[in-house]
Amino acid sequence: MRLPKFEYFTPKTLNEALALLKEQGEGAYIMAGGTDIVVKMLHGRLRPKSVIALQEIDGINKISFSPQEGLTIGATARIVNILSHPDILQYYPALTDAVKVMANIEVRNMGTVVGNLCNAAPSADTAPPLITMGSVVVLTSLEGERRLSLDEFFKGPGITAMNQGEIMTSVFVPLPQPRSGGSYKRISARCGVDIAPASAGTMAVFRDEICSDVKLVLGAVAPIPLRAYRTENLLRGKQWTHELIQDAGYEAAEESMPISDCRASAEWRKKMVAVLTRRTLVEAYERSKKN
Amino acid sequence: MKHRINFKVNGDEYSLAVEPWKTLNEALREDLNLTGTKLGCGTGDCGACTVIVDGKSVSSCLTLAVSVDGKSVTTVEGLAPSGDELHPIQEAFVKTGAIQCGFCTAGMEMAALHLLNHNPSPNEAEIRAGLSGHLCRCTGYSQIVEAISVAAETMKNSQSEEEEQ
Repeated sequence: MRLPKFEYFTPKTLNEALALLKEQGEGAYIMAGGTDIVVKMLHGRLRPKSVIALQEIDGINKISFSPQEGLTIGATARIVNILSHPDILQYYPALTDAVKVMANIEVRNMGTVVGNLCNAAPSADTAPPLITMGSVVVLTSLEGERRLSLDEFFKGPGITAMNQGEIMTSVFVPLPQPRSGGSYKRISARCGVDIAPASAGTMAVFRDEICSDVKLVLGAVAPIPLRAYRTENLLRGKQWTHELIQDAGYEAAEESMPISDCRASAEWRKKMVAVLTRRTLVEAYERSKKN
Repeated sequence: MKHRINFKVNGDEYSLAVEPWKTLNEALREDLNLTGTKLGCGTGDCGACTVIVDGKSVSSCLTLAVSVDGKSVTTVEGLAPSGDELHPIQEAFVKTGAIQCGFCTAGMEMAALHLLNHNPSPNEAEIRAGLSGHLCRCTGYSQIVEAISVAAETMKNSQSEEEEQ
């Protein structure tokens, strides 16, 4: 397999990258870690006129956290650096859950979280936990910067709300609320390395034994990472019981819209959505006791 | 348009003019004749092409050669630079019978090097996690896991001997 021909640019500043992106127009693609774009090119699914690599731009590879402000993950921050970040493990364990099972060590050493979002696969592992955490993406163009809730970012498989000329420069994750807990779980034939045919991410807030607020996002069972609003409504304001968790599983399975493909049948995916939803709810509750 | 890249491979300086669509795997194998690094799936799923760039293991099939300008690459040839004496990881692979057809071996050994550099005494679960995504189609995984624990012991012992001297 050979890569198709393309022009390659390594801008040294963000402004230079944005100017290049405008000048090159349609057919110009941004590359962070390269683990998605290079595979797409090898498979002939993408034939860029030019590739603009972000790796030499200073300052956009940072992961910054403060217990007052929250977490910011820069465009070229590697997945491996999220995995080894002690504050992320403490404050955002559901994100650690996700990056732990993504691809293999080599791909985690190369790939980025922002790239995982921009690639917009319905199975993107970082999307469910980041959406449930209320994350906001920062989209920068020559005209300036706009912020968009990650919840509104995904429009279809490989399709996002990003406009031509924009680069996602970072993703911001707010601080978790007191007495909240998050969890992300997936199920797949190889328990990691492979692409999950079903996953679930939960963030729940508790007041005594009542679930006062909750977000549930299902991965790989709809054209985009899917907010399960009906299941959230079922859980919100309710006494936390085994029956409630059981019912939430059934509701989430109902609400999911999977297809059958090479990885799994739609029927099996719906069953797994129920299982994963329940497992994440149980873990989210346990973790909420620590916050 | 070709790009000029200057980089180190196994400590030696190289300067190459490469087309941007050339992968690091192609540059190593075709331009530098370092054919120890294999090409398996070509899509980052099998681990056979693993090399170490600036201390991190990467898939050379997914790495553009232009992107390693100014960087330092270690390939399986760098494990035994003299060609006479094998690296403890290679010794352990030979001793424990961890090589069958040999196609996955270079990638397995580079993954082992990356693992042992970060965790000098891994337990079995950590070794298996460190090899996840490295496929051996002869399915000789048990011996490979054993080889890495043997190598870890040897490397620790030689480390402590050096410290005593």
